[in-house]
Amino acid sequence: MIDYKESQQDIVDEFSVFEDWLDRYNYLIELGNDLPAIDPRYRSSEYLINGCQSKVWLHADLVDGKLQFNADSDAIIVKGIVALLVKLMNNRTPAEILENDLFFIDGIGLRQNLSPTRSNGLLAMVKKMRLYAMAYQAKENKKMES
Amino acid sequence: MNRGFQIEQIRSDFPILGQQVYNKPLIYLDSGATTQKPQVVIDTIRELQESQNSSIHRGMHYLSEQMTTRYEAARETVRDFLNAASSREIIFTSGATGSINTVAFSFGEKHVSSGDEVLISEMEHHSNIVPWQMLCERKGATLKVIPFNEDGELFLDKVDELLNERTRIVALTHASNSLGTINPVKEVIGKAHARGIPVLLDGAQMVQHGPVDVKELDCDFYLFSSHKIFGPTGSGVLYGKESWLEELPPYQGGGDMVDQVRFDRTSYNTLPFKFEAGTTNYTGAIGLAAALDYLQTIGFEAICQYEKKLSKYAMEKLGGIDRIKIFGKARKRISVFSFLLQDIHPYDAGMILDKMGIAVRTGTHCTQPVMDHFGIDGTIRASLVFYNTMEEVDALTEGIQKTIEMLT
Repeated sequence: MIDYKESQQDIVDEFSVFEDWLDRYNYLIELGNDLPAIDPRYRSSEYLINGCQSKVWLHADLVDGKLQFNADSDAIIVKGIVALLVKLMNNRTPAEILENDLFFIDGIGLRQNLSPTRSNGLLAMVKKMRLYAMAYQAKENKKMES
Repeated sequence: MNRGFQIEQIRSDFPILGQQVYNKPLIYLDSGATTQKPQVVIDTIRELQESQNSSIHRGMHYLSEQMTTRYEAARETVRDFLNAASSREIIFTSGATGSINTVAFSFGEKHVSSGDEVLISEMEHHSNIVPWQMLCERKGATLKVIPFNEDGELFLDKVDELLNERTRIVALTHASNSLGTINPVKEVIGKAHARGIPVLLDGAQMVQHGPVDVKELDCDFYLFSSHKIFGPTGSGVLYGKESWLEELPPYQGGGDMVDQVRFDRTSYNTLPFKFEAGTTNYTGAIGLAAALDYLQTIGFEAICQYEKKLSKYAMEKLGGIDRIKIFGKARKRISVFSFLLQDIHPYDAGMILDKMGIAVRTGTHCTQPVMDHFGIDGTIRASLVFYNTMEEVDALTEGIQKTIEMLT
């Protein structure tokens, strides 16, 4: 699997071909449509990250030491960004996620979507993804100690 | 005085409107959130900061005198704008929210007690709900709500049912920020006054669209924000009948609102200063007066005529879009259009329109109960004023068509 940084750079490169904003959005809409809907049992208030404008649902498992995220949003462009995040972070170890900066969102000009004032749930989702990584890492460490 | 209505000339009065965003001409359809400022308001604020700044009501020196005079002249401009009987009835506040909180506290402290009722409507902005709710919680009173029908018009007959001997005050929006409805406020005031109940009107979405005459309305309190009527942010107005303001306790304590301060007892200043604690936003107030003067040069007759045409055109164009659902179809409306495009998420639509240079607002517009009424999470809202054009309505319509294509 390619390096976390490289993987982000790939996304940035992928987006650099789009000259128009609407083309970028079209691509995000495609990605959003392609991301399978979240397992219905996770589309519940327990896994809801409530933005004032759009909703995001997130769940994570640790399988063989790698994170498996399952996520969704009710807004399709947001879901496109969710898809990028899931694709990037899936099958990574908690350490990979925690030790690296997340720069691709900035790199593709979507930073404003992560602003706390946008309240679309994305910023909270990114934080929650890291929290999952932290929690699973702590759990693994505990296992190793015992 | 009146210079006639030339849309190109009017647009050139608002420097921000000439700019491009994402290399596209800005189409600003979010005036319901805040209006843009004409050059004369910008110049006034700049001039005040550059050569006039000084605290009002306190100094005996030249600048302070000058600023005080202009501040009090601004009060007179607002009095004239609302046709209030006296400038003692005009309080400068931090905005519509500040004005409502003032009344909810001052009126509430004196006149609302356990078991009493406060009557509002289902289409209120959160700022005309929460302060009353807080009051009700403090006092053990109950909040009652006038419902609206599918077109977004109040059920007037319900008002008769809801008013009773426990109702202490009615707080109602003059025009709805999310539905565009202009409420039959005179009828409501008539009904309330017949029972001796005072009425507060939230004019935040009304004053920029047409003339308001508080004497003719006979409302007890009226309020609006400066930034929604082409003035600066952080400033607003509370009108109150002198008889009410005289007998109500002050809201905030501080400098300027007092007469004598002793540790055992403080006496308060006269109206309107009793309600203006601390150093007020005098720049905002004078900037607001500049905006009201600017409106005078165009005249509401011309503005209303133009907005009526613009509004009719927008309703026709938007209504002609396949898959659109417009929320709020009252017979009397301001130029605010709330809609959904089938099952497209408003946030997606707003993001795409934004990149076309079209500024609309998406979400609940601080009226969650309105969204609950229709069982939706939010809408897309285009709010227009007299500096918008038919061409901009065309661009919005095209933008919406394109948005639908992209998202379905």
